[in-house]
Amino acid sequence: MTRVWALLHRDLRLAVREGGAIGTALGFFLVVVSLMPLGLGPDLNLLARIAAGILWIALLLAALLSLNRIFEADYEDGTLDVLATGPLPLELVSAIKALAHWITTGIPLAILAPVLGILLNLDLNAYPVLVGTTLVGTPAVSFLGAVGAALTMKTRRGGLLLALIVLPLYVPTLIFGISAVSASAGPSGAGSSFLILAAVSLVTMVLGPVAAAAALRIQIQ
Amino acid sequence: MQLIAEDLVIDRGSRRVIEGLSFAVRQGEALVLTGANGIGKTTLLRTLAGFIRPFRGSVRLDGGDPELSVGEQAHAIGHTNAVKTSLTVLENASFWNAYLGPDAPSRARVDAALRHFGLEELGEFPAAYLSAGQKRRLGLSRLLVAGRPLWLLDEPTASLDAASSERLVAAVDAHTATGGIAVIATHLPLGLERAQTLDLAAQRIAA
Amino acid sequence: MQTLTQRLANPTRFMELSARLLPWFVAASAILLVYGLYLSFFDSPPDYQQGETVRIMYIHVPCAWLSMMIYGLIALSSFGLLVFRHPLADVSAKAAAPLGAAFTFLALVTGSLWGKPMWGTYWVWDARLTSVLLLFFLYLGLIALRSALEDEGAAAKLTALLALVGVTLLPIIKFSVNWWNTLHQPSTDFGATVDPSMRLPLLVMALAFTLMFFAMHLKAMRNEILRRRAKALRTQVIMGRDRLAAQGAAE
Repeated sequence: MTRVWALLHRDLRLAVREGGAIGTALGFFLVVVSLMPLGLGPDLNLLARIAAGILWIALLLAALLSLNRIFEADYEDGTLDVLATGPLPLELVSAIKALAHWITTGIPLAILAPVLGILLNLDLNAYPVLVGTTLVGTPAVSFLGAVGAALTMKTRRGGLLLALIVLPLYVPTLIFGISAVSASAGPSGAGSSFLILAAVSLVTMVLGPVAAAAALRIQIQ
Repeated sequence: MQLIAEDLVIDRGSRRVIEGLSFAVRQGEALVLTGANGIGKTTLLRTLAGFIRPFRGSVRLDGGDPELSVGEQAHAIGHTNAVKTSLTVLENASFWNAYLGPDAPSRARVDAALRHFGLEELGEFPAAYLSAGQKRRLGLSRLLVAGRPLWLLDEPTASLDAASSERLVAAVDAHTATGGIAVIATHLPLGLERAQTLDLAAQRIAA
Repeated sequence: MQTLTQRLANPTRFMELSARLLPWFVAASAILLVYGLYLSFFDSPPDYQQGETVRIMYIHVPCAWLSMMIYGLIALSSFGLLVFRHPLADVSAKAAAPLGAAFTFLALVTGSLWGKPMWGTYWVWDARLTSVLLLFFLYLGLIALRSALEDEGAAAKLTALLALVGVTLLPIIKFSVNWWNTLHQPSTDFGATVDPSMRLPLLVMALAFTLMFFAMHLKAMRNEILRRRAKALRTQVIMGRDRLAAQGAAE
C-alpha cells in the first residue's frame, strides 16, 4: 500500500509541477466550448438543446490532449524499466497512472463543465446530472486512454494516432453521458443512461489496465 | 546464492547476438562484461533483467527468493537514469526508496545513499539543474535505496569523473562484501575486488 | 506426430498448400460472381417500393457481411498470435486489415447510394450505417498503428492487442449506437423482410464475395510471406557484407 501511494503521489506531484498539462486541458476545454456559439450562431435555444453534447465532446478532446504523456515520459527517461521490475505488477502500475490522470484532468474538467454550461445556456436543473455524468464517465476516458497511450508509446506523433485509435472506443461513454444529461430533463430521468455509463466506466477500469500492461510488456525489451 | 546462465541464445531483431553462452557468478562476486560496441553487452544485461526473453537457455538465481523472478531480485541501471527533472534530488531518491525499498521507507537510508554518491548537499536542488554526472550519480543511488541482491549495471561510469567512479567501485565492493552479486558492462578497468571478467568476443571467463 | 494446425503453421507448407488452393478459390468466386451478378441484375424482380435501386442491396449486403466477418477473422488471428504465437497468425491479420477496410468502405458507399432514393439524401445517421462507420474507424486505427511502429514484431503484437480490445468493446459500441438511434428517431427498419425471389441472388452474391475475399486474403498472405523472406535475405546480405569488411580490416 505504501508503494501504491508512493507512485500515485509521485504522478500527482509531477502533474502539478509540470503544471502545464492541467492548465492546458482546462484552457482548451474553455476555448473549444466558446468556439461553438461562434460557429453555430448565438441562438440560446439551440445552444441549450445541444449544450450537453458540446460539453461532453469538448471534454473528451481536452482529456485526450494529456493522455499520450501517461507512459511516454516514463519510457523516455527509463523509469518504466525500473517500474517493470518493481514490486507492483504492471497492471497495477497502469491502473495507478490512469487514476492519476483521472484525478488531474478528469476531475478538474468535470468541475469546469457546469461553469461552461452557463455559456451555452444549459438548463440549470441539468447541472447536477452534468457534474455526475462527467465524474462517472471520465474514468473510462483515462483508463481506455491508458491503453491507447501504451500502444502508441513508441510512435512518433503518438498524439494524433492515439486520438484515431481511442476516439471510436469512446463512443459508448459519449452516448450514455450525453443521453443521461438530456434525459434528466425528460419524464424518465437520467437513471438508466447513468447506470450504463457507470457500468462502462467500471468495465474499462478493469480491462484497461490489463490491456495497457500487456502493451507495455510487448514494448519493454 | 549464485547467478547461473545456461546455454543462452539471444536474438535481437533478426540477428543472433549471443550464441550458447553459459556462466555462473557466485555470491559475493562481480562479473565484468567486456567487448566491442555491438557485441551484446546491453542485450545480455537486459536478458538477465528479464526484459528480453532469450531464444533458448535460462537464467536463474540459485538460493534466491523462489517466489520472485530474477528480474524482480535485480536492480538494473541502463543508459537512462530514470530521474524526474521536475522533482528535487531528495524527492527522486525518496520515491524510489518508498517504491522499491525492501522495508518501510526510511529517511536514513535515502540520506546514506545520497551521501555515498556525494549528493547530500544537493537534496533540495531540482534535478533539472544537475549536471550529466550528477544525474548519473542520482540514478546510481537507486542501487542503495532499492536494496536488491543482484545489481545489473550497463556502462555505469558513463559521464562520471574519476572520484565518482571510485565511489561507484566502493559501492559495488561493499555490495559484494555483504554477499551481493553484480554484473557490470564496461569499457574501463574499474579495479573491483572479487571480480571476474567475461569477454563476450571470446565468450570465456578470465579471473 | 504433428497436428494439422502445426503443419499449417509452417510457412513453407502454407506456401505449397495455398499455391494449390488459390486457383480454385479464384475460379469458384469468379463463376459465382458472374452467376450472382446475372441473378441480381436480370433474374430478380425490382422491389415494389424501391424499384430498380434494390439491386444495390446485392452488393451492399455482402460487403457489410464481409466487413464484420473480416474483423472477426482479424480478432481470431490476433488471439492466435498472442496466445499460441502462431507464426502465420500475424500474416493473416496484417493481410486482412486493408481488405476489411476496403469492404467496409464499399459497404458505406453502397449503403449511402442505396439510401439516396429512399431517404432523399446520401447520408442519414441510421444506426446500422453509423455502426459500420465506426467499424471503418477501427480498421483505420489498426492500419495506422501498425504503420506507425518500426519494429515489426512489436507492431504485430500491439496491433493484435488493439484488435482484441476493439472486438471486446464492439458489442458495447453497437449497443450504444442503437440506444442513441432510438433516442433521436423512431427506428426505421427497412428491408426487414426479404422476398424469396431476392433471397437466392443475395445468397449467391454473399458466397461469391466471401470466396473472393478468401482468394484475395490468400494472395495477400503469400505476398506478405514473400516480402518477409526478401527482407530476411536482405539483412543476411548486409550482415555478411559487414562480416567480410570486418575480416578485411583485421587482415
